Amino acid sequence: MRAEPLFPDLTATIEGPVLALTAPLSFWGGVDPATGRIIQVRHPQCGMTIGGTVLALPGTIGSSSSSAVLLELIRLNIAPAALLLAAPDAILLIGCVVGREMGWKPPPAFRLGETDQARLPAGRISIAADGDIRIR
Amino acid sequence: MSLTLTSEERAMLAGEAGEAKALAMRIVAETARLMGAEKLIPVVSSHIDGALYHGDSGTLFAEKLVELGAKVAVPTTLNVGGLDLACGAKVRLPPHQHDMAHRLMIAYEAMGCEPSWTCAPYQAGHRPALGSDVAWGESNAVAFCNSVLGARTNRYGDFLDIACAVAARAPFYGLHKPENRRATFALDCSGLSAELRGSDVFWPVIGTLYGQEAGTAVGVVTGLQGFATEDRLKAFGAAAASAGAVGLFHILGVTPEAPDMKTVTGGAENIPSSPVTPERLARARGGLSTTQSGAIDAVAIGSPHCSAEELREVLQRLEGRKIAKPFYACTGRHALLALTQPERQALIDAGVTLVADTCIVVTPMLAEIAGVLATNSGKFAHYAPGNTGYAVRYASMAECVEAAVSGQLPQQGGAWV
Repeated sequence: MRAEPLFPDLTATIEGPVLALTAPLSFWGGVDPATGRIIQVRHPQCGMTIGGTVLALPGTIGSSSSSAVLLELIRLNIAPAALLLAAPDAILLIGCVVGREMGWKPPPAFRLGETDQARLPAGRISIAADGDIRIR
Repeated sequence: MSLTLTSEERAMLAGEAGEAKALAMRIVAETARLMGAEKLIPVVSSHIDGALYHGDSGTLFAEKLVELGAKVAVPTTLNVGGLDLACGAKVRLPPHQHDMAHRLMIAYEAMGCEPSWTCAPYQAGHRPALGSDVAWGESNAVAFCNSVLGARTNRYGDFLDIACAVAARAPFYGLHKPENRRATFALDCSGLSAELRGSDVFWPVIGTLYGQEAGTAVGVVTGLQGFATEDRLKAFGAAAASAGAVGLFHILGVTPEAPDMKTVTGGAENIPSSPVTPERLARARGGLSTTQSGAIDAVAIGSPHCSAEELREVLQRLEGRKIAKPFYACTGRHALLALTQPERQALIDAGVTLVADTCIVVTPMLAEIAGVLATNSGKFAHYAPGNTGYAVRYASMAECVEAAVSGQLPQQGGAWV
């Protein structure tokens, strides 16, 4: 499977366990910026922690402060290892852009359509800078 | 398709207008590239959501901008902060976080932003003209700005909003383009009772339903002509933008880009239209509550911030009674100033906690208990469980006021049955 690089980390192949969300999520009000845990009680993956995962998002909704929550996760080194977005989302991507400006380590972001997201394996995968996805 | 910058923009990027403008332009241009924009466009105003404390990172970024000499280049209002600087309502942030939240608010004021500190800037005099391009953050403000004012903005996330305000530019994509503002689906409310459509409590519910249906699409709601008020449209947009990625909605015969179906659809015929049935509405309304408990521990109104009219309604419904449960009325300086001193005093004397500059779901204010919160706000209903730990009951303003007086929500009925 191949994802389209949006905001790639050109220096490294990223690896982590897949967390494929089954419903759109607003990071603000949806993820605790201090722990990376999903706190939106109506979300199917509520209670799971996104830190270190290859996070597949079928959609992002809600707050424009989601970029701030992602930036805080980046500063605390508890951001996802990579973001797989069904469509480019300016609000989350800006968190990555500003994270790089601040000299922190933002996760790379790729575009991966919803159908492909549903086909992701349950275990660990790696993603190369060119978007090549492999099962580990 | 790649991004083309003007010579002025390239000069800004190269640092010829200073380090701050260069940083702002890097952020705007990088976002433009990521979103596939071909060019940047000038913007005439901005509303900034980035001055709310979520952690030290936001403060460090804002102070970096200030250090580099950043100033906003267009009229810019501020959304809520993490502290109530106007009314002094108590915020339970630990000392370090309290200090960082305050530093963040000071940093944004230092960049020349107006200290409006409200999520309803459009009721505080910030109303860009129909068809003008602006860069606004805060999901409800974006929805109102696009839909009710007819100005054009995308949902600018924190940091991009201030970058656009400093650079006076925004990426040209999404809702800045007229062809992306047309309705592609319709929700028909004409089958619902006039009593329901004319009730305030209906609007956050239909907004929630719209948001769930829309996702990122733009739609038109029909059958609401003659029932909308500005506060109802405000409540609709906030609920819609919480439930979906809604930046723009149309209400036929009400909002400026929806005078008729031909205009709002751009001439497309037969866009899919589905009737809003009482059952669909009941599902959306049910989803706004996370408990059925009638006993409540606190009441919160004002997301988006209460207008002066809404605060006066609280006073009228109290009829001189005192409240028994904490009642938080979140509002902005603009609304407090529009009240008379006796009106403000009467609210305080009744026991209402007036909260300005911030609100109860963005910063810790509620007592630390596993309580039940009653609210008439679709947005509070959406975010309060995650952000405050309280379970929520969605109810009308009248029911919320009664619950604050008695501690018990009255049996819900009215227009719903």
